[in-house]
Amino acid sequence: MSAITTGTGLADGGSESLPARPAGTNAARGARRRRRWARLRRDRSLIIMTLPAVVLLLVFGYTPMLGLVMAFQSYDLYTGFLHSPWVGFANFEQLFTDPGFWQAFRNTLELFSVQLVLSFPIPIILALLLDSILSRRLRAFIQSVVTIPHFFSMVMVITIFNEILGGAGLLDTFLRGHGLRNPPQLMTDPATFKFLISAQLIWKESGWGMIIYLAALAAISPSLYEAAAVDGASWRQRTWHITLPGLKPITVLLLILNLGYALTFGFEQMLIQLSAVGPGAAQVLSTFSYENGIVQGNYSYGAAAGLFLGVTSVILILAANKVAHMLGEDGLYGKAKR
Amino acid sequence: MTIIAGKQRRRAPERPVWQERPSAATQGAKSGAIVVILLIIAFPLYSVIMTSFSTQASINVAGGLVVWPHGLTLNAYRLIISGGVVGRALMISLVLTLAGTAISMVVTILASYGLSRPGSSGHKGILWFMMITMFFNGGIIPLFLVVSALGGYDQYWALILPSAVSVFNIIVMRAFFANIASDMIESARIDGASDWKILWHIVLPTSRAVTAVIALFYAVAYWNSWFNILLFMPSDSVKWPLQMVMYDYVTEGMTMPGSGVTGVGQYLGNQQIAPLSLQMAVVALTVLPVLLVYPFVQKHFTKGVLLGAIKG
Repeated sequence: MSAITTGTGLADGGSESLPARPAGTNAARGARRRRRWARLRRDRSLIIMTLPAVVLLLVFGYTPMLGLVMAFQSYDLYTGFLHSPWVGFANFEQLFTDPGFWQAFRNTLELFSVQLVLSFPIPIILALLLDSILSRRLRAFIQSVVTIPHFFSMVMVITIFNEILGGAGLLDTFLRGHGLRNPPQLMTDPATFKFLISAQLIWKESGWGMIIYLAALAAISPSLYEAAAVDGASWRQRTWHITLPGLKPITVLLLILNLGYALTFGFEQMLIQLSAVGPGAAQVLSTFSYENGIVQGNYSYGAAAGLFLGVTSVILILAANKVAHMLGEDGLYGKAKR
Repeated sequence: MTIIAGKQRRRAPERPVWQERPSAATQGAKSGAIVVILLIIAFPLYSVIMTSFSTQASINVAGGLVVWPHGLTLNAYRLIISGGVVGRALMISLVLTLAGTAISMVVTILASYGLSRPGSSGHKGILWFMMITMFFNGGIIPLFLVVSALGGYDQYWALILPSAVSVFNIIVMRAFFANIASDMIESARIDGASDWKILWHIVLPTSRAVTAVIALFYAVAYWNSWFNILLFMPSDSVKWPLQMVMYDYVTEGMTMPGSGVTGVGQYLGNQQIAPLSLQMAVVALTVLPVLLVYPFVQKHFTKGVLLGAIKG
């Protein structure tokens, strides 16, 4: 990338292109400063262009981070951050002895793992199926149909599930019509909730997830298959030795990145269904923070739960990216570092 | 193999020579699987739309969602168009989505270009400043208090500005901007063209695909956003956008204002409108814009989506 600037004749194109500087002398320091000013003047419109985004992030991204000090206060709406009394780690002590918190913690892990195991393989299977279709037009048609639900809102997806699987829904009516006295209440049963949310996620996101695997499949060189077929490899052998190894890098990467978001997963989905299923099964860490902080007005306590969630999530995401890098993949932030 | 050019389109797509023909059983299983997958996606949408066009009598026969319609009517949609909660919410959602997408696109395009020139001063620091917010944020409660302190409670800007910038989208777009026509940009710069002119005349015209896809991402996010309404505008139902109306009246089954007792439909003239039909019309309306815009943006997907697919 830097080759572009150095080749244009702009003497101060990038710091890499500057001659080795004799450090220390006043003249050199002055020259460096002048050059920096020149660069800044040259780039001022570029910097101005970033300002709207910077201001928005400052106000709605960084100010709330400062607001997290309230987790160490007993925050009062009327006295504000500046005058609320400090309580040290009292909120966290309460948090870690709160059975509701640990319930939410367990739910988060359980819902996340069940959902991951059930829904993760589906896009890969879909991609393999679609890739084996010869007709381009049919393939494009199927792809556009299965991708659509990704663009529906969670509220809408759950509403549709409710009309089909819920009480007085299609399935319920059908089963009652065929003599079943007490059909299973799939939308409100805490025991099967983990499967319900998995089904919702599979319905909504599998097609979207498939696209990236399709691209990976398209990137496998056809000459590999050809050579294997010439050598007499069967369909099964080609799949096992060429297709699946070709999908492995992206699969590992997506799996790891997924794990990074384990704790913050499913906020809207659980929040919408919380009242129907009950906190015993549907309360996750993010809804726990919201319920305590906003709904019950216990701001500091909710913020403490939020801070715990935020810090553990950062650790998880960074660890996930680290692992992805170690496996030789571009992590989430690897892309931007160029 | 040699077929007249005009007929080539009709010819069955070619199987690579090395690939064996799958057995009839495999073909059958595959076709079956595809039909089942398409039905799983399409059937719920179909029955929702059918129900939204159904009369109360038809719904009574079906006992819920209508699969085989017995009588179709436009009444639910007529009622929505004639005003009331849903019609207003639809307009609010449309305006919010358009305004929000416009704001987000301006901010995102500017920031992406501003950060895309290699070696420009300060761009690394600004990029880090932005990316930190991807990994860590204050969470819901401090955000709620900050927005409230700024007077955003019950205000429409609170539904747009806090989520107006997606750093992820900036990174995606910046990567595109950094790769397109670099020599053209640099020579325009030497010729004295301002960065504003370069962005407008060179960069934007050459990056329509990524712009379209990112605009779609933003528009869908605004159109579908629900939680921020619950957070910043929970009680003033007159101001609600469509998603919140759907949540309250359909998902949660609350009574729509003006409809009297729960379970009794609204009246249009002297015709009663089936409550379920009205509810499903609301659901159908939340999907409609997506279905309308989707075909136009979809062709850009394969290029633009790959980075977005990781985002999930």
